[in-house]
Amino acid sequence: MSTYPDPSDGARDVTDPTSRAGTRRVVLDAGGHAPLLPEAREAFLEALDQGWADPRRLFSEGRRARMLLDGAREAVAAVVGARTEQVDLAPSHVAALHGAVRSVARGRRRAGPGVVTSAVERAALLQAATFAAPDDHVVVPVDGSGRVDVDAFSSAVAAPGVALAVLQHANGEVGTLQPVDEVHAAARSAGVPLLVDAGASVGHAPVPASWDLLAADAADWGGPAGIGVLATRAGVRRTPDWPEDDDRWFPGGVSIPAALAAAVALQVAEARRVREADVLRDLVDRVRTRVVADVPDVEVVGDATDRLPHVVTFSCLYVDGEALVTELDARGFGVGSGSACTSSALEPSHVLAAMGVLTHGNVRLVLPTGTTEADLDAFLATLPSAVAQVRSALGVEGL
Amino acid sequence: MNAAADQGPTIVDARGLRCPAPVIRLARAAKAAAPGARLTVLCTDPAAEHDVPAWARMRGHTLVGTVREAEHVAITVEV
Repeated sequence: MSTYPDPSDGARDVTDPTSRAGTRRVVLDAGGHAPLLPEAREAFLEALDQGWADPRRLFSEGRRARMLLDGAREAVAAVVGARTEQVDLAPSHVAALHGAVRSVARGRRRAGPGVVTSAVERAALLQAATFAAPDDHVVVPVDGSGRVDVDAFSSAVAAPGVALAVLQHANGEVGTLQPVDEVHAAARSAGVPLLVDAGASVGHAPVPASWDLLAADAADWGGPAGIGVLATRAGVRRTPDWPEDDDRWFPGGVSIPAALAAAVALQVAEARRVREADVLRDLVDRVRTRVVADVPDVEVVGDATDRLPHVVTFSCLYVDGEALVTELDARGFGVGSGSACTSSALEPSHVLAAMGVLTHGNVRLVLPTGTTEADLDAFLATLPSAVAQVRSALGVEGL
Repeated sequence: MNAAADQGPTIVDARGLRCPAPVIRLARAAKAAAPGARLTVLCTDPAAEHDVPAWARMRGHTLVGTVREAEHVAITVEV
């Protein structure tokens, strides 16, 4: 890779017609939807010209498109620690997860119908597990930091009739890293393949080596939306439970410009990962310390040290999460929330619920690459008065 | 022997209220209650079932129990 633009190049400055004119925007919630890296944008535009043709066609343009697609798979494979032929590209991270769960559940149906997951997998995985194993989806609890119980997970995979085990590498809402090595060892000795969802971690933390299937999300590491990755080790039995297609695992294939841009973004993210993680880890440490010091009745949740470098979440007692997100937005800061009032279903985050922590008044930060100390300090300076304002509207002082 | 505990729990009706209102209503009742008193909050909001125990932990109150009724959840705490 050549030189990278200064991370403070303003890639995160978002012009939003709904916000006040002239307000500088700082988006601090990039999980699964990071700003597109400039290198990825360049690769995308280049591939629109070079890779427009059908990769199945045998004429030169088709072959060139095929070459670009295979090159993208090869580059992704190198980063995730797989062989090129083990890497399939999906039209989204959700599609990669659905395809993995469904094809392994069907491929290993003789082993049994069971699917074991942690309680804090992303909703798409929990839904896929329930879809594939309506009566045999076993959910393993987590502790207060969001880490899965290794003993309980090990017993669950060792029980008879389990087709697939699923564990995330790290939780994208609270940042806690999961014990994938221990769980993979337990799954291996039970003869059950382990799908590791690395959708929140690839590009931010070292890719784990302990997996039988690995899923990752290009939009999370600064690639374009619309590319998911599924790597499958040799020997994992999979069978589609959907119609046959030339693209067997993800029918219809993927956009070649998007695939190429995703691969370039991953190379860039991986090359700057260690340096960037140091910066973001310090910023998150600062959030963890300052929020507790400056905001009364607040709980910072998730593991303080064994975590993703760029993720932090906290819950403020007696605060309406939606009101707080809206107030911070009006002050120029885009943040996420796991509170029920911020979800379309009016259900609180299943992750916060499984951890037994406060779900209301929740703020989640997933810092994009290039977030500066100045961005974070501006956020931390405005947060206490934003919380106080929302509390004052509810009349909860002194409770 | 605490007199408040003998009288049965005080009922806090937070049915129909959305987060964080059930916890706020319970906290107001807890502030007015004598130490050792039991309060039972009735709620229909799905977040309350998680947030009342978390509030009790943060405030040093004791969670006595959670009962699921047909239309609501009843959570009892000792303040």
